[in-house]
Amino acid sequence: MSRIAINEERCKGCLLCTAACPEGILRRSGHINSQGYKVAEADPALAGACTGCTACARVCPDLVIMVWRTVKAGAKEAR
Amino acid sequence: MADERIFVKGNEAVAMGAMDAGLKAYFGYPITPQNEIPEFMSANLPAAGGAFVQAESEIAAVNMVLGAAATGVRAMTSSSSPGISLMQESISYMAGSETPCVIVNMMRGGPGLGDINTAQGDYHQSVRGGGHGDYRTPCLAPASCQEAYDLTREAFDWAFTHRTPVLIVGDAILGQMKEPLLRAAPRPADPDEGSDWRLEGAKGRERRIVRSLFLADGALAKVNARLRDKYRALEPLARAETVFTEDADLVVVAFGSIGRIVKSAVRKLRAEGHKVGLVRPITLYPFPSALLRGLAASGKRFLTVEHNLGQMVDDVRLAVCGLAESDFFGELAGNIPTPDLFEDAIRRALAGGSQ
Amino acid sequence: MSENLVFSRTPSLFDVATHYCPGCQHGVAQRLVGEYIDQENLAEQTLMVTSIGCSVLIYNYLAYDAVEAPHGRAPAVATGVKRANPDKLVFTYQGDGDLASIGMAEIMHAANRGERITVVFVNNTVYGMTGGQMAPTTLPGQKTTTSPRGRDTATSGSPMHMAEIMAALPGVAYSARAALNNVKHIVQAKKAIRRAFDVQRQNLGMGFVELLSNCPTNWKMTPLQSNEHIENALIPCFPLGVYKDVDNQGAN
Repeated sequence: MSRIAINEERCKGCLLCTAACPEGILRRSGHINSQGYKVAEADPALAGACTGCTACARVCPDLVIMVWRTVKAGAKEAR
Repeated sequence: MADERIFVKGNEAVAMGAMDAGLKAYFGYPITPQNEIPEFMSANLPAAGGAFVQAESEIAAVNMVLGAAATGVRAMTSSSSPGISLMQESISYMAGSETPCVIVNMMRGGPGLGDINTAQGDYHQSVRGGGHGDYRTPCLAPASCQEAYDLTREAFDWAFTHRTPVLIVGDAILGQMKEPLLRAAPRPADPDEGSDWRLEGAKGRERRIVRSLFLADGALAKVNARLRDKYRALEPLARAETVFTEDADLVVVAFGSIGRIVKSAVRKLRAEGHKVGLVRPITLYPFPSALLRGLAASGKRFLTVEHNLGQMVDDVRLAVCGLAESDFFGELAGNIPTPDLFEDAIRRALAGGSQ
Repeated sequence: MSENLVFSRTPSLFDVATHYCPGCQHGVAQRLVGEYIDQENLAEQTLMVTSIGCSVLIYNYLAYDAVEAPHGRAPAVATGVKRANPDKLVFTYQGDGDLASIGMAEIMHAANRGERITVVFVNNTVYGMTGGQMAPTTLPGQKTTTSPRGRDTATSGSPMHMAEIMAALPGVAYSARAALNNVKHIVQAKKAIRRAFDVQRQNLGMGFVELLSNCPTNWKMTPLQSNEHIENALIPCFPLGVYKDVDNQGAN
């Protein structure tokens, strides 16, 4: 499965990523980082649907998100 | 060519001095009485491999200088009083960011639109940091076409040695008069000049910023302290021409074209037997305070003569404070002074009368 | 199965938190610039001219030799930089107050001269850094701290359309307007930024790209609402598209 990682300490809780994700995986989490922002997270129940499209990372103003795209064995490399 | 004297205007001498100093970029805007400078540059600088732009305003011109100078290039602009007023913000930026350049002011009558004839009304603006904030710029005041050439050349060395904007303070008489000039050999290019601070693309090193904004706690204070120390270190470099001062009872202080005219008056009065001398500051900043103080300590009296309502006289009074005073005679901007005018003022001072 | 890292921070961007407000698209705009320069391997050739506004500290985020210009004067400063160093990649990064208000003369004349520079113009219809005053690009009726009853075009004029104005000048080789409020627009913006830099390198003239951006704080909206506002209010007033491309390779 493709996946993302969110650098919680840099997240400002703007939630722009939540609107960008075509699979609706991202949401506001319940926890607050040391800067006082309520950070975004991938809903664990939905994270498996991630396609590695990078939409979330590209709308994030703070470069908080890294994205890995899974490549099936034998398939041509993505991008 | 080396020993050939040419007959040029003061404006042309300034332009030639800059080119022979290795000027690589000139940005300017037309304003009377200095237009020969951008005109000369437009004709000669591109052929010498430099950049010339007639900017859309003096504000744009001085900011083009800021950009070129930030990359370590010898860059210059020129203007006259109202245009120099427009340039003040950028000069403040360059002082704060320690960016070297040369700015030429051929003073004219003010305030406001004033006139297009000679005056000395920009002294305070020149020597006290005419823009906002605490800064100074070295100011050099030529009184002849040869001196205009020599001091403009020297100005670039001041600028790069001390990392500061440097002002050439001239006036309409200097800009427009024609005198013989002997050019010196052009300065060989120095590709390493400024290599420790200039912007050139961050290759193999951390990136550099030419800036004057310092928001971090204590950071701006450090910059101001460095500037203060820099200006203190300039004091020994103050320079003046002295004429007949050793045994003078009365010392006349005057700069620029007025200093030149006053020199004639002083010579004439000396020939009549009067013990009068002249101090003509060549560096308006740093001001030759130590020289004046020494003369004051030996009991001389002072008369400051300017083409304004009294500006340099403040610095003379500060220099001699406690030891002597300075009387003042000023021609009003808008009038053209004659040697007789100054001669009469000096006679009054010699006779112990007031102005 | 294996996985490839397909998105991470481009090397030109320092790994630091920014001072921008949550959701501010300066973060996106500066990233797009950094991505182009890194993709073209030009970081060591780049000279950046910064301006006055929320982006005044952009030199803390993009790792290029940079010079700080007085308010509005970046195109003049960039002119001096580029004329003295024609082989370097020179760009300005300016907001709507800096470029379209105090800096109007400088951008017009740098464009008219066809300076070989790239101008990244971030338009969010308001003065952000100073607390939300009216800008030349403020929309009619838009409430700001200096137009508390809404911008009255009878006394304050209408929004200035810089991409169109730039396109009319022969010295401008490329002028486009893009937006940053969704991924599709960000993709177009990235193409526009690429072209705006390419025309400099191809010595064709000035490259100008206007990026419609947000200001959640001074618009008094959430970041998500601000993106809606760009879609519903800004774009109808400032249409997206390529207004000029001397090679007609624009994405319009």
